[in-house]
Amino acid sequence: MSNFSAKLKSVMTELGLSLLSIIIALLVGTLFIFLTNKSPLDAYSALYIGAFGNFSAIANTLWRSTPLILTGLAVALPYRAGLFNIGAEGQFLMGGFAAGVVGFYFTSLPGFIHLPFAIIAGMLVGGLWGGLPGFLKAKMDVHEVIATIMLNHIAIALTINYGINYFRDTGRPATPKIMDTAAMLRFNQLADHPILGKLPLAELFNHPAIRLHLNFVLAIITAIVLWYLLFKTTLGYEIRAVGFNPDGAEYGGINAGRSIIVVMFISGAVAGLAGVGEVLGTHLSFMSGMDAGYGFTGIAVALIGQTHPIGVILGGLLFGALAQGGLEMQFSGIPSEIVMIIQALVIFFVATLQVLKVYIGKKKAKGGVK
Amino acid sequence: MSREDNYILDMQNITKVFPGVKANDNVNLSIKKGEIHALVGENGAGKTTLMNILYGLYTPDGGKIYFKGQPTKLKEPQSAIDLGIGMVHQHFMLVDTLTVAENIVLGSEPRKGIMLDQKRAKKQVKDISDKYGLFIDPDAKIIDISVGMQQRVEIIKTLYRGAELLIFDEPTAVLTPQEIDELFEIFTSLKEQGKTIIFITHKLKEVKTISDRITVLRAGKSIDTVATADVTKEDVAELMVGRPVLLQVEKTEAKPGNEILKIDNLEVSDNRNIQAVKGISLSVKKGEILGIAGVEGNGQSELVEAITGLRKIDSGQVLLRNEDITNYNAREIKREKVAHIPEDRQKRGLIMDFDLKENIILGYHDLEPFSKHGVMNYEKIAENTQELVDKYDVRGGGITALAKNLSGGNQQKLIVAREFSHDPEFLIASQPTRGVDVGSIEFIHKQIVERRDNGAGVLLVSAELSEVLSLSDRIAVIYEGEIVDIVKASETDEKELGALMTGSRSGAGGEGNE
Repeated sequence: MSNFSAKLKSVMTELGLSLLSIIIALLVGTLFIFLTNKSPLDAYSALYIGAFGNFSAIANTLWRSTPLILTGLAVALPYRAGLFNIGAEGQFLMGGFAAGVVGFYFTSLPGFIHLPFAIIAGMLVGGLWGGLPGFLKAKMDVHEVIATIMLNHIAIALTINYGINYFRDTGRPATPKIMDTAAMLRFNQLADHPILGKLPLAELFNHPAIRLHLNFVLAIITAIVLWYLLFKTTLGYEIRAVGFNPDGAEYGGINAGRSIIVVMFISGAVAGLAGVGEVLGTHLSFMSGMDAGYGFTGIAVALIGQTHPIGVILGGLLFGALAQGGLEMQFSGIPSEIVMIIQALVIFFVATLQVLKVYIGKKKAKGGVK
Repeated sequence: MSREDNYILDMQNITKVFPGVKANDNVNLSIKKGEIHALVGENGAGKTTLMNILYGLYTPDGGKIYFKGQPTKLKEPQSAIDLGIGMVHQHFMLVDTLTVAENIVLGSEPRKGIMLDQKRAKKQVKDISDKYGLFIDPDAKIIDISVGMQQRVEIIKTLYRGAELLIFDEPTAVLTPQEIDELFEIFTSLKEQGKTIIFITHKLKEVKTISDRITVLRAGKSIDTVATADVTKEDVAELMVGRPVLLQVEKTEAKPGNEILKIDNLEVSDNRNIQAVKGISLSVKKGEILGIAGVEGNGQSELVEAITGLRKIDSGQVLLRNEDITNYNAREIKREKVAHIPEDRQKRGLIMDFDLKENIILGYHDLEPFSKHGVMNYEKIAENTQELVDKYDVRGGGITALAKNLSGGNQQKLIVAREFSHDPEFLIASQPTRGVDVGSIEFIHKQIVERRDNGAGVLLVSAELSEVLSLSDRIAVIYEGEIVDIVKASETDEKELGALMTGSRSGAGGEGNE
């Protein structure tokens, strides 16, 4: 159908634009690499090898992209409803903390109950932490940016400063280690699993360096569910209507307040799931510093992905690759600051091209007939 | 070739092609010095393109332009301004926080050293204002003056830059009826001082009132140029649309049935929390059209929003089929088989970034067959959209085109298609043909009358007096939030309504009230 090919074309243009901005960012990045007297070619080949050089590298790129995909989604969904969720960081912490507590506190639950319970608890708490600013926005017109920023501070104080100290049993700034029954399946344990071990690729993952775990699968599923929600359901229709034109939505009998609360709850839960995965899959306890600014990087991931759930997966993979490959770059002698600069350049150019696209759109409109 | 002295402008065989559209196809336009020349045509006929070529905003792909007999190439607006061509755009280009005088001299300021010579600027503006009777205060800030006054600032701006030929792009679209009258006085005064005016419009009444000659464009081609005195409105409409158009609404006597809507002592506040509707009582019967006439800003918008659930009702009652629907929300009211054509189609009526099929379900999107168990059925929606788009003749790129890419007339037809396709028993039409071309007006009017004849009650709100008069069976005149009088449409005329609208006949009731 021509409809489909037109859609495909526009998707390809979007992807092309993002790709172009990445290339420009890398080119500009060479200037900074020159500052360190290293060869950009060596640096970038280290970046590439670090991210995609072998199977373990690829698996760990996926691992590092997991929380970013989720926080990206947590920003992208409200964005479609005209809301700017700066609070993914706080929602991430609250969700992770709740999962961590459930993970160690219940000592005699079977795995098939404990893990889902911990996941749901984390998503629920994250969802409430996101839903609260949504509620304030809907009922009292409190600006969501202010509310979510404040809730970030509260979340940090509540979980890292107070929560960890309340529960910790060792000198480590972390909550006690979770029970094995609450841990997410790691891909490198696949081969030992009685059923999943029979999967064809299971052996491939059997390497201690691979840290990829179940949450990556959950992140992909979440993205697909959110895509379906946005574009195929009535709720998604209403969310997008509110985002584009709240007055028009009101005229259409859409309860904007309800949409806002629901959207913020869902995205809080999704950001919460990012935290859940870091606790139950990566660190096996809630620890200080594990958020690593994922909530804020999620904003960049969402924008690079054009706030489209599937685009966000790609954006998350890009940042995951930069993080994973950046390590190898550091090993090759490039300071970590330069690696961070290159990551920042990518964001910068993606944002710039976005502006350029709007400009081109306007220019085109000017050429049309009235 | 007509390069006689009395032609100030001669555009010959102008062609401009945009991707996929021939916006101007061998268009000819000759303007006599000192005339008011109306350039008319439906939306998308190529009027604005032609004027943008004349003003140097677009480069034509073919054709010649002679200005005062000299062949001319206009590369940019500055070359047009240098020649003495000025343009008053539909959307004003003024800096809100600067004064009138500052806005006018902006870009060619009189200087004193490196400073702006405020005194001289003010005097120059005042001189022009006095000469053409524009009555404008050079010290006022743009943000504080009315839209009509802002338009005058734009006019003075062009005169300040030495314009002899002034182009007005749909200047009346943003004005109230009084402001339109005043604008036409300014036109006359400009003409008396030897200026030439090109006036883009699609309102036939205005063309007849003010212009000397008319050039009609249709689908990118110049169809004819005629002397205004030689033609009737119907002739011009036929030239514009390409077939005879009914300007007068054809309708039979109403057969009013039972009362469907009753409003009792309604009080509603506006956005600033000032009472805008001050105790209005009305009733509409099945099978009749009740028109509400009034100058805009007298409480019509608030009244309509209150009835349709978009604005809180402070006190009073709205009864639909004798059932109290006061302060129902928009969704609940829609479910009562009430259709609403909102006054602002871009703000309310459409989600401009949605495509046609997503727009045509707005307000009905959670009903079967469009939605089942919370999941949209876009195949059904597409089918339904195609059907309605064909039936209501919505043109512009198919059902996956975005609403914002449609012309105003087609956007309005899209709303009409949506609202009428759910068998409304009560219809509220607010400014249903604002900014819509002649062909679409005829169509929309016909649809409204057809609804009435099918037994629906209709509440029509329009700032267009002729529209209220020709469509309505009864007319309620609103002034400062109150109904001044209710008259039968067949027993009144524009003059009487005009007087009522400004609150004059009611004397005590209208003015002494506040």
